[in-house]
Amino acid sequence: MSAALKIENVSKKYILKHNAQKVNSVRDMFDFSEGGFFSGKQKSTSETFWALKDVTFDVQQGDRIGLIGSNGAGKSTLLKVLSRITEPTHGSIRVRGRMASLLEVGTGFHPELTGRENIFLNGAILGMKNHEITKHFDAIVDFAGIEKFLDTPVKRYSSGMYVRLGFAIAAHLEPEILVVDEVLAVGDADFQKKSIGKMKDVSRSGRTIIFVSHNLTAVQGLCNNGAYLRNGQLIKFGEMDSVINEYIKNVAKFQLQQSWDRPEDAPGNDNIRIKSIELNSMNDLGNKIFDTRTPFKICFDYWNMYEEANLNISLFLYSMAGECIFNIANELQTFKKGIVRSECLIPGDFLNDGSYYISVMVVKDGVAPAFFFEDALVFDIQDFREGTDWYGKWPGAVRPKNLIIKSSQLELE
Amino acid sequence: MLEAEKEKVIGSGRSSKDYWKEIWEARELFWILAKRDVIVRYKQTILGVAWSIIRPLITAMVMGFAFGKLAKLEVDTPIPYILVVMPGVIIWLFFSQSLQQLSLSMVLNSNLVTKVYFPRLIIPFSTILLGLIDMAIAMLLFVGLCFWFHFVPDWKIVFVPLFIVLCYLSVFGVGLMAAVLNVKYRDIGQIVPFIIQFGYFISPVAYVTDLAAGKWYYYPFILNPVTGVIDAMRWAMLGDFAKFNWISFIPMLVFILLTFFVSIRFFRKHENSFVDHI
Repeated sequence: MSAALKIENVSKKYILKHNAQKVNSVRDMFDFSEGGFFSGKQKSTSETFWALKDVTFDVQQGDRIGLIGSNGAGKSTLLKVLSRITEPTHGSIRVRGRMASLLEVGTGFHPELTGRENIFLNGAILGMKNHEITKHFDAIVDFAGIEKFLDTPVKRYSSGMYVRLGFAIAAHLEPEILVVDEVLAVGDADFQKKSIGKMKDVSRSGRTIIFVSHNLTAVQGLCNNGAYLRNGQLIKFGEMDSVINEYIKNVAKFQLQQSWDRPEDAPGNDNIRIKSIELNSMNDLGNKIFDTRTPFKICFDYWNMYEEANLNISLFLYSMAGECIFNIANELQTFKKGIVRSECLIPGDFLNDGSYYISVMVVKDGVAPAFFFEDALVFDIQDFREGTDWYGKWPGAVRPKNLIIKSSQLELE
Repeated sequence: MLEAEKEKVIGSGRSSKDYWKEIWEARELFWILAKRDVIVRYKQTILGVAWSIIRPLITAMVMGFAFGKLAKLEVDTPIPYILVVMPGVIIWLFFSQSLQQLSLSMVLNSNLVTKVYFPRLIIPFSTILLGLIDMAIAMLLFVGLCFWFHFVPDWKIVFVPLFIVLCYLSVFGVGLMAAVLNVKYRDIGQIVPFIIQFGYFISPVAYVTDLAAGKWYYYPFILNPVTGVIDAMRWAMLGDFAKFNWISFIPMLVFILLTFFVSIRFFRKHENSFVDHI
């Protein structure tokens, strides 16, 4: 195996101008307002911003690399540098083989031109030779499913047809290295499936793919290696799964535990003080990572200041939208003054992926709230799927896998 | 085979040898972009290509009337005044259209510039076809007028293609620089139509250069490269009507040599930052 791409110390600098006095049109010159061109106060400050900073990694031939990171992490800048749309400020990239980049579906489509004309136009823009386009023409039309509309201007296409045609052309590019940005974010589930399938075919044929997406499920399904960028720097490069875990650990703005050492500082009242609450996953990925198959445990301790009281716990789980997914309570028990621990195990394959938060209420005598500890925990459940080619958003608040649908043939024709 | 393939290096600053090679490799793209502009031009029009005849014809008729009849310039011409106007109109339409297309080319194709890499020079180059086709159609119109007025141009007409090339070269440099500037300063988009509007009064489109001969403003007047081209075209197309005017021809050649190379250097220097400003 040889390196298809060697990315060496690539950096990209932008100068940001704040309150800039840049004269970009004549109108700006006649801006007499405070800080305007004629006011004499040229107090523009500029700041250097490194969109990429010393990014170095090698891509082996046949690798499928997933680039992940939050918005503004430098993923798109890296893709732009790779596809030569913009130059790196420092560093270099060595490319071995023909490279094509796909930063948008249907780049350069002209609305007035027909589907047929646009296939040739877009193909040429993406770097296909005329004879290659002719060779793949039927396959492209077939893949996009637009036979009937071949001679209709694309401005009359539905947005779905437009995207399908754009992807179909790109899918028939035959570069050794393919750079793809987020194209799967568009189109319906059926088309997403088709396009992921196509990308898998492409990668099976030994070609190198660099793929950027926010859809971790798609990245996971498609890529063997990953690179995680944060603030323009490469944080981790390696096996896709471990890169995704690193990313999840980093981006999560969760609150997975809270604890207080002394009752005086803790939230609560004269009767109840919160000591700690903690969420732990029960899998082997590390106990702060949750996906839909992970069982997890909530562990909740509080100081009971009553000499003796009948208490129970009521636990609320909300979706990020504020909808209560469930509320459960336990049996009333009599507790003496001291620390009370409660635990609750939430099984895997039960909640859907998404963000959740948990509130806990301590209830006295089964009716009176003694203390309501709101928004105690905030966490994310990541998507996990296997054995399916569908990567669209799974609907619903829960995804209970133990509910089984049984079908059988009732009658034969 | 892959091992033998040459390694490409992406970094800051590229060699110019590779650049021209890349342009040559992108010739199919050049051709398809040029064709796109032509096809799109008359989509959803009733008259279609007929517009390419109507425009020069009406322009020539109006000018022939205004300058020939009203301004009484036709009295001392031996041939119909509309034939005198024709070379001017053909060149002026080609020049103004090319200037406009060139100066807007980068901005109009910003969707390509921000999403795909190819040598950017392809974009301004590809605007030429549209003007050439219009020019060819206008030439046919001239031939038609010659038949109509029983006018026979002489052998000098073989020089016409050469002068068309010179005309394109003289607009190319200015247009290219305007295209680069327009990426950052959209004022160019305002200035160009304005130049086109008055430029046609200071170029001998509807009158002949001789009108200015001997006046104090003759020398600044013939510095205009369009004057040089139109004079040369009249000499080539109108038989014995006009003499070859070296005084306007040489400034045009100098203008071309200056602007062509300067503008390409200018373009090369700025093309890599287009995407940051567009």
